[in-house]
Amino acid sequence: MSDILALFEPMLEFGQDGNWKMFVMWLIGGVLIYLAIKKEMEPTLLLPIGFGAILMNFPGVITHTTECVACGMPQMEGITCCDAMSFVKYGGIAEPLHELYNAGIANELFPLLLFIGIGAMIDFGPLLSNPKLMIFGAAAQFGIFFTLCMASVFFPEIKDAASISIIGAADGPTSIVVANALGSNYIGAITVAAYSYMALVPIIQPPVIKALTTKNERRIRMPYEAKSVSKLTKILFPIIISIVACVFAPSAGSLIGFLMFGNLIRECGVLESISETAQKVLANLITIFLGITIAFNMHASQFLAFETLLIMGLGLIAFIVDTAGGVLFAKLYNVIMKLLGKPLINPMIGAAGISAFPMSGRIVHKMALAEDNQNFLLMHSIGVNVSGQIASVIAGALVLGFFA
Amino acid sequence: MNFQPMEFVNNLKYMGVGMLGVFIIIGIIIVATYAIGKFTRNIPENED
Repeated sequence: MSDILALFEPMLEFGQDGNWKMFVMWLIGGVLIYLAIKKEMEPTLLLPIGFGAILMNFPGVITHTTECVACGMPQMEGITCCDAMSFVKYGGIAEPLHELYNAGIANELFPLLLFIGIGAMIDFGPLLSNPKLMIFGAAAQFGIFFTLCMASVFFPEIKDAASISIIGAADGPTSIVVANALGSNYIGAITVAAYSYMALVPIIQPPVIKALTTKNERRIRMPYEAKSVSKLTKILFPIIISIVACVFAPSAGSLIGFLMFGNLIRECGVLESISETAQKVLANLITIFLGITIAFNMHASQFLAFETLLIMGLGLIAFIVDTAGGVLFAKLYNVIMKLLGKPLINPMIGAAGISAFPMSGRIVHKMALAEDNQNFLLMHSIGVNVSGQIASVIAGALVLGFFA
Repeated sequence: MNFQPMEFVNNLKYMGVGMLGVFIIIGIIIVATYAIGKFTRNIPENED
């Protein structure tokens, strides 16, 4: 009889000692799954994260112990017992997820491998035909550094503030790499915020762009002159960019290197099959593991805190300020061009520099068409959008350089 | 968590140096991209 009761023990523990928080996490997991399926918001990541969040929140999944799991020595302040020095026991799904976390996120392997797939997906053609567009990608990283200052007001550890600021990179893998390298305690909340806001770009950006531009500015046409970009240029570009990044921002070496390696596979013209594998199979495979492994950090004891709400708020600020930074810089650029008597640009393309590729570029294009059905900005906005991808990695690397 | 408004001002230096760094590196990349385009413009492509 007692054996049968023991089987139901975990169930009886429910509702005790703050376990209600687990129900809240189920609800959060459910909302993420709903957003992924019903609203199609970043479903490849929000669905596994949401499902993982449910699985991670059962009694006994994470148990805090007073004795080191590795050597059995009681926990004593200021005393290092052994190399492992772990006072947390993992059970259920947390056990394999912990292993996956160590194998793929703690050492940054998953985000970097995902960058190969992303690099293979990106066509730098629009950017190569008009390289000066890259400057707007740089301007749209302002939200990262503004949020760094904002977050430091609330988070005493500058490493946490810096990790939170990278939500503004609008680039999931960069957020994970930086937060992990800086040893942030909030990697779960940061990742959820980064991917959620990337999915919400179509809702966040238009009001900010409209608030900062006039109707006439949104109607500025930018004729696109299709310049042919040679195959050699497309092959040399990822190689040269990797060299420049490694020389001038060594911390960006791994991120840019993997991104550009993926792009070189795409552009070299002799690895079609591998390029296709990187774009589809590799990217999908890593995304499956990345999503569910991130959920490892979504245990109620870590996730349900005021800090999580604050991180979500700061992430939103980062996206808004990124967008504003890009648009205002484009307006400043127009002031200078007006003085020089040169053609103006549509300031909305500055907003596409936030990296969320390709949503941001498409939004700017759609907004321009809404104002003037003959105003086609797609090639320009995608060019800026792609440059935002590079600039966000560089910004992430600089933040790492400051605080790692 | 705490509330230290002065930290915003104290960390403004990172904003300045960070944005300057991003612009400088992107500037170098722009120059490098123009240079690649210029040097490869006249090289005929192998069409086979």
